[in-house]
Amino acid sequence: MKKNEKIIELIGLTRQFDDGVVAVDNIDLYVRKGEFITFLGPSGCGKTTTLRMIAGFDKPTSGKILLNGEEIGDLPPNKRPINTVFQRYALFPHLNVYDNIAFGLKLKRIKVTYADKDGKEVQRVEKLKKYEIAQKVEKALKIVDLEGFEKRSVSTLSGGQQQRVAIARAIVNEPEILLLDEPLGALDLKMRKDMQLELKEMHKKLGITFIYVTHDQEEALTMSDTIVVMKDGVIQQIGTPTDIYNEPKNSFVADFIGESNIFSGTMVGDKKVRFIGNVFDCVDDFAKNEKVDVVVRPEDVFLMDEDKGQVKGKIISSIFKGVHYEMVMQVGKSEVVIQDTIERQVGEKVSIFIKPSDIHIMAKEFSSNKYDGYITKKNTVCFGDGEFECDVTQLYPNSHLDEEGYLITAEGESIDLTDVDVNVEVGLKDIEISDDHELGGAIGSIVSMIYKGDHYQLIVRTEENEEDYVLDTEYTWNENDIVSVIIPKEKIKLSLKQEVKR
Amino acid sequence: MKDSQITAPETAGTKKPKRFKFSFSRKQLCIPYALFLIMFVVFPLFLIVYYAFTDKTGAFTFSNFASFFTDTTKISTLLISVLVSIVVTLICLLIAYPVAYILSRMKRRIAFVLLLLFIMPMWINFVLRAMAMKELLSLIGIPLGSGANIIGLVYDYLPFMILPLYSTLIKMDRSLEEAAADLGAGKIKVFKEVTLPLSMHGIISGATMVFLPVMSCYVITDTFSGSTGFTVIGKLIAWCFLGENGTMTNINGGATISLIMLVILFVTMLATGGFNDENNARGTNL
Amino acid sequence: MIKKFFSRGYIFLVLAFIYIPIFILVLYSFNSGKTIGVWQGFSLEWYKKLFEVQEIRDVVVNTVVLAVVSSVIATVLGTLGAIGIHYSKGKLGKTVKGMSQIPVVNSEVVTACALVMLLMILGLSNRSIFGLYVGHIILSAPFVVLSVIPKLKQMDSSLYEAALDLGATPTQALFKVVLPEILPGIFSGFMLAVTLSLDDYIITATLSPLNYDTISTAVYKAIALTTEKASEQVPIYRALTTIIFLITVAVVVVMNIRANKTVQDKRKV
Repeated sequence: MKKNEKIIELIGLTRQFDDGVVAVDNIDLYVRKGEFITFLGPSGCGKTTTLRMIAGFDKPTSGKILLNGEEIGDLPPNKRPINTVFQRYALFPHLNVYDNIAFGLKLKRIKVTYADKDGKEVQRVEKLKKYEIAQKVEKALKIVDLEGFEKRSVSTLSGGQQQRVAIARAIVNEPEILLLDEPLGALDLKMRKDMQLELKEMHKKLGITFIYVTHDQEEALTMSDTIVVMKDGVIQQIGTPTDIYNEPKNSFVADFIGESNIFSGTMVGDKKVRFIGNVFDCVDDFAKNEKVDVVVRPEDVFLMDEDKGQVKGKIISSIFKGVHYEMVMQVGKSEVVIQDTIERQVGEKVSIFIKPSDIHIMAKEFSSNKYDGYITKKNTVCFGDGEFECDVTQLYPNSHLDEEGYLITAEGESIDLTDVDVNVEVGLKDIEISDDHELGGAIGSIVSMIYKGDHYQLIVRTEENEEDYVLDTEYTWNENDIVSVIIPKEKIKLSLKQEVKR
Repeated sequence: MKDSQITAPETAGTKKPKRFKFSFSRKQLCIPYALFLIMFVVFPLFLIVYYAFTDKTGAFTFSNFASFFTDTTKISTLLISVLVSIVVTLICLLIAYPVAYILSRMKRRIAFVLLLLFIMPMWINFVLRAMAMKELLSLIGIPLGSGANIIGLVYDYLPFMILPLYSTLIKMDRSLEEAAADLGAGKIKVFKEVTLPLSMHGIISGATMVFLPVMSCYVITDTFSGSTGFTVIGKLIAWCFLGENGTMTNINGGATISLIMLVILFVTMLATGGFNDENNARGTNL
Repeated sequence: MIKKFFSRGYIFLVLAFIYIPIFILVLYSFNSGKTIGVWQGFSLEWYKKLFEVQEIRDVVVNTVVLAVVSSVIATVLGTLGAIGIHYSKGKLGKTVKGMSQIPVVNSEVVTACALVMLLMILGLSNRSIFGLYVGHIILSAPFVVLSVIPKLKQMDSSLYEAALDLGATPTQALFKVVLPEILPGIFSGFMLAVTLSLDDYIITATLSPLNYDTISTAVYKAIALTTEKASEQVPIYRALTTIIFLITVAVVVVMNIRANKTVQDKRKV
């Protein structure tokens, strides 16, 4: 048995439910023999559906599932050499511990070859013998540490014991793959920690492939050889726990695995990135002026006295977490979460230092400009160091403005929108720039111009707060030109940050 | 000579994936029952409609209805049936509600034993129960007739009222009553404003279990009417089908009255919301 | 205290209303005379007759056979129906469940007469053993469905999948896992079916062959038609009532003791 042999391979696997929801969207993945692999993701990410397709409870809408190179997509679950440990154990309440574990063995048929009196080989299909079943059950109970529980009714067992019976019932059939669907979800914290280690130990001893599903990132990091992070039916990243933790591929993975600070940043030079109002050295290489996500783990932020670090700020909260304090420092509009063993008082002025290797930079999928803005008295919107005409009626469906400028909702209520905070979104193709500074709502200088095959992508940066407008245009401009930014009224998409009090 | 085993057992059936020969879906299990229902329950309902609107030759007609609604004895039987049903339902409710209320406030063990005592007579054949009551009435000298009928009907249907009332009252969250008392409601007010409205479900369920069957329960009226001729609408249908010697006499007339009964049933169910509440169905509380 | 006295008194009064007729019947079943109210001395004559008179023995056998056989069929049909209804999420299940409610809410007279019309259309006799059994199954199968479905709903849905996962075929999974789980529901459904069948008068009176009587129809003839021969039998039916009552009490007591025992067993562990 080679260690690198693929035992399960998923090719273009898709599952669409009857109501149209795509639970698993065209995923490709392979699982190596003997591996402990974990599907990790929030609820509804498709991890359980993937597991159910491997088990045979759900059929793929399209795509293939290969087991040892053979397609098993149409094989019913009882014909697959795969066993499952269910989320709520699914022990048979009418059977005792022994009969639960022996359930699969009693159904099993094996081929036995005999020599008849003429010396010819004859094959017969036989049941397992009673003593064989008893031996196997005994062995399984020993593995899960439940010897002597054979005659107990499953309803008298504690959650942890039921869990062990469920595992014994699955491994006693000597499956090639063991599927575990959030098996520790119903246990309390202490029990969960113990079981994590035991499962890991069991995996080593049995040498079979474990496919584990969980939403608990800590569980995944503790137990797995490989983690598959999923979101919305799509695989986000596959890697070892260390890889996933240290080199998350995107901000979702970074956010989901461990605690993180995620900032929007811009590359300002060779291995230099600008975020929270400061330029940091980093180790990742990205094109100059590219918009990026910057991820910094709270434990990688060093707190220092006010003048010693890279960025100054003020502590605004501090919570004792047992081993360390979790503090939040405010820098301008941004907040930085810091973990440190030495507490700083709320209100204290401090500074932080981050090592270049602890700054993880990942490409941002940039499809539109997003700003925080607010509505003015004149029903215009202020954002990005500018003020623009907009259509405020889009905030409430079927609403309109009366003569005095109040918004009348579909229900006939009157709302004063002055100073209401809104999210503003503007597409890259919806921004025009002009040399005439009177025309636009904001003024800035062109800081970057990249040719993208058939158009240029420009970044216009304002002077005051260094807000950026990213836009696509067919015309050539020069860097450092001062231009005004024009956005047509109907292209500004607004949404409320929170419901307005009426 | 015994065969000797020469090789170790190997797992069978896992290596070669075969498609299953016989694919079986659990929902298909209801097909026999569905066919049975269509044949013996649903289709006959259409037959009722068919016979109600045809005459003996099979021609379409309204005359069955015309003859029903112009026959004063039939109309008065219908009206009397509805009236008797209402009276019996109300009496059962008045007797059963306090019983269910008191039981629901007792210790569970004692209440359970008492409840069993109340429903145990249901396991004695109901014609035998009617016989018992009839003999008691003759012993104490109550004459047969409408009064005896009402006593007999109440006697037979009382357990059907107690059960749903009890199961509603026992499930009721007692802290609601306490909350009402805490907010200053007196005992009568608590009952009127909280307990009664919350037990409405049980009242409706019990009432439908008594009201509809009483209208067709001609066994009791036959037993308790003597020579007074007092009867219910169910008897008219049975008469059309059973006749004097158990032979059919008037199938179209029987179908007509059956259809009228179905309409009354439909209206009652509509009024009590029995269609959208499965727990309210007659008998589910048994 | 006074409140308690009144409530106990009230319960006692209603129980008296229910039980006095039965007790009088029981008492006079031991009377050597025929008339209630006239005590002519203790005798077991009516009990002896109960076992001796062929007609009455037939009636009891008819009743029990009809109840057991129709209930077994109704239980099989209803259980399969309930499983099918539970596992079909679409229209099929809803339709079958809706149809199943019809005999529950409909009055027995209408059910019986509708069935007579069907038998006529099919060219069958309107009074036959076949029609009688079908009538009783119609009456009781829906109640089996109603008592099995809650058990299916309570069952952990992954049990069935767990059985498949461990190598069971769908049929094996159904028999080894689903069926044992819903067995209490099936049993109470069966008991309910038996009770309904034993208690039924109208369906039997409408559909049974002319010379075929169950307890219901025989007693009806004795008390409502008051023919000479029928009223002869009334004292025997008193003895029958007494025996049925005693059996009921015995069953209730035994079941109660067993229920208590299992509760205590569970507590011990």
